[in-house]
Amino acid sequence: MKTKALIAVLFIGIILFWAVEDMPAFGDPNSPATAYTGQLFVERTYEDTGIANIVTAILVSYRGFDTLGEVVVIFTAGIAVILLLGRGGRL
Amino acid sequence: MRENVVIRTVTRLMVPFIQVFGLYVIVHGASGAGGGFQGGVAFAAAFILMVIAFGLPDVRARFGNRGIMYASIIGICIYAAIGLLSLLYAGNFLELAVIEEASGIPHLHGILIDIVEAGIGITVMAVMISIVYYMTDTGGDSS
Repeated sequence: MKTKALIAVLFIGIILFWAVEDMPAFGDPNSPATAYTGQLFVERTYEDTGIANIVTAILVSYRGFDTLGEVVVIFTAGIAVILLLGRGGRL
Repeated sequence: MRENVVIRTVTRLMVPFIQVFGLYVIVHGASGAGGGFQGGVAFAAAFILMVIAFGLPDVRARFGNRGIMYASIIGICIYAAIGLLSLLYAGNFLELAVIEEASGIPHLHGILIDIVEAGIGITVMAVMISIVYYMTDTGGDSS
């Protein structure tokens, strides 16, 4: 069983090292992750919102509805913890 | 644990600074590195440190379960209220740019985003504290 696991780990490791060759270089401005919408946000965010922090502008202004959903998810997680671990009684 | 003078004194010194740092991270969200999620967690860390040092009953007497539930609901309500505010100015839900254009106040967009971040911070802080309260609650006499 240990030999099989070792072989599986080595196999996956070799595949991962093989795949690293195809990744874009660190900080490459032409990589797919930064070329399209990333460039657009860097250029436009300050004109659109007047906010220096691009991350916050995207989080709250461009993707505001998504963030509202995230906060509701956290709230739901808190309620679930209270219902599971609470000892009855009132909240 | 509760009689340890060193832990209690260090906690008493550290908690105000941690809370000020949490508030700074929340308020600084629009103009630099920061945000509601990170600041809320930093603020909750102060309460967690207090639970470790002073025990659960003492902390719970100051900020009870009911207060935590109200705080987490108030945070979401602040966020949703700012979103609904843009409907009054004939925009879409959470379209904050419309409010700045209609009212003409400069930098209002950033101020509204700060308010929204404060709402996020309140909810995240309350939920983090509630998780710690309910996981460390062993039923009464211990802790």
